[in-house]
Amino acid sequence: MRKITYKEALREALKEEMQRDSTVFLLGEDIGRYWGGAFKVTEGLAEEFGDERVRDTPISESAIIGTAVGAAITGMRPVAEIMFGDLTALAMDQIANQAAKIRYMFGGQAKCPLVIRTPFGAGVNIASHHSQSLEAWFMHVPGLYVAVPSTPYDAKGLLKTAIRGNNPVFFCEHKLLYPVEDEVPEEEYTIPFGAADVKREGADVTIFATLYMVHKALNAAKQLEKEEVDAEVVDPRTLTPLDKQAIIRSVKKTGRLVIVSEDCKTAGVSAEIAAMVAEEAVDYLDAPIKRVAEPDTPIPFSPPLEQYIIPDEKAIMKAVKKVV
Amino acid sequence: MEKQLTSKLTKDKLVEMYKRMLEIRFFEEKVFDLYAQNLVPGTIHLYLGEEAVAVGVCSALKRDDYITSTHRGHGHCIAKGAELKRTMAEILGKKTGYCKGKGGSMHIADFTIGMLGATAVVGAGLPIAVGAGLSAKLRKTDQVVACFFGEGASNQGTFHESINMASTWKLPVIFVCENNLYAMGTRQSRVMNIENIADRAVAYGIPGAVVDGNDVLAVYETTQKAVERARKGEGPTLIECKTYRHKGHSRVDPAKYRPKEEVEEWLAKDPIKRFKEKLLQTNTLTEAEFQQIEKEVLDEIEEAVKFAMESPYSAPEEALEDVYT
Repeated sequence: MRKITYKEALREALKEEMQRDSTVFLLGEDIGRYWGGAFKVTEGLAEEFGDERVRDTPISESAIIGTAVGAAITGMRPVAEIMFGDLTALAMDQIANQAAKIRYMFGGQAKCPLVIRTPFGAGVNIASHHSQSLEAWFMHVPGLYVAVPSTPYDAKGLLKTAIRGNNPVFFCEHKLLYPVEDEVPEEEYTIPFGAADVKREGADVTIFATLYMVHKALNAAKQLEKEEVDAEVVDPRTLTPLDKQAIIRSVKKTGRLVIVSEDCKTAGVSAEIAAMVAEEAVDYLDAPIKRVAEPDTPIPFSPPLEQYIIPDEKAIMKAVKKVV
Repeated sequence: MEKQLTSKLTKDKLVEMYKRMLEIRFFEEKVFDLYAQNLVPGTIHLYLGEEAVAVGVCSALKRDDYITSTHRGHGHCIAKGAELKRTMAEILGKKTGYCKGKGGSMHIADFTIGMLGATAVVGAGLPIAVGAGLSAKLRKTDQVVACFFGEGASNQGTFHESINMASTWKLPVIFVCENNLYAMGTRQSRVMNIENIADRAVAYGIPGAVVDGNDVLAVYETTQKAVERARKGEGPTLIECKTYRHKGHSRVDPAKYRPKEEVEEWLAKDPIKRFKEKLLQTNTLTEAEFQQIEKEVLDEIEEAVKFAMESPYSAPEEALEDVYT
């Protein structure tokens, strides 16, 4: 099968959906012909679809999302790009109070088919305002779906589903994933939301991971194999809706759970997953749940400091060894 | 000038405008009464005194044009053509309300008439209106969007972001600032160093107009010009309607921060009284016809209240529905 990068997979999804449906359009800062997006995801799309449908915006995050909401509730399917995940804070009212609630508070009259794409993640030395992982903020808002693709295949299939759906989707990407290459079929496919993927089967311990952490978990699992620990890696692919059954199924099989997430530990993704398993599957656990997450600090700039706080293979292996 | 303007509109149109204003007036007075009887949950922000703005603006729109509204939104709904009974039912939190009781007084919407809903976050409706305008442009319809907000909202970042965007993209949006002088209890002069919000239009390269917001025909005429410009693809207009709330900010507010003389001065400029006088002066309507309209409106309101009061609440577990499609 052919291999393409995560970035190319996203671009293909956008391109194919724009070809398929004339109501799909893109908006964001520098996504058009002059720049092609800060991470080049939308490169070439303005040339193909024109500046009206691949729309460069002023630096106005709140208005970018608000405009997308207004367009979505009146028949369009906007895909908004926020250049860095950290900058979603500027648009938080429009995301959390407007996009997410517009259907509910109007008694189901509105549908808001809106996708907000943004990259999270540390590791490229761009410090506190361009590196956070904030997925949990959006998991906490009813009315939003939260997608967290870790591979080119998942990125393409989930983005197509996001664009075709009728709910607002917060689509998390990861800076370090953009150049990652993997198999993606040329044929049409989509991936349903709420369907986890077991990225590696194993019998001894379940490692839950998302986004870039899936790759670190897989590396750790490979090394653990040498120490005769057979780890299973479960990637939820969407945090909302969450495929609880897939996680519980894996925990039933292994009896052990290590949750890996790049966001801060307190009230983060790992907290929710741990609580869910504690509430719904505690009887299947043979050891306490372990969490591998970032400490509760902003992201530092200096490479040794930054590397210190990002969860790595070593930390994952250490946590696994504590429970097996 | 006024005579001329009146004669430009058909009698039916003038009657419809007057009736709509009266509907808002009597509706809001009724809501006020019901609240006093403890029949309205939560709070209410009455549109009393500002009727000429909503009716003047919406009378210049077509049914499929859009509006966005605010926490003080009952008047916008009625002016755009929402049913009184479903509006009242929503305010009482009933299943038959526009939002099945999930929105309440501050979140009424009727998508079938282009009423895209009221947001209770001050200034949050502006970018949504811009999006509806962009949507109309991309879908190549001739729809326009009227975006209501108060002078207080003009200090939000969304005001700047939205008008800049709409102007740059030449979107069919009419930004309607209802300047009632007070943002809750804060008088405009305490938080702004300008008198006219419309002056801000200059900063975005669009026309700005100050209009007597208690003169429904002036509001109508100004809006019509803005609508025409918007439909021609020439972009947005900022219209500032100078008006005044007859009551406090919300139901619990006695509005003691407003000088008595100021209140009296504005009450004397009551938009409904003024419109009625104009219609009498121009022999458009007779006193008997006014009485007939008044009776009709009162009957409608009574019917709406009866409908709302007799309607059931949604089943409690319906609280879990409508989060996603």
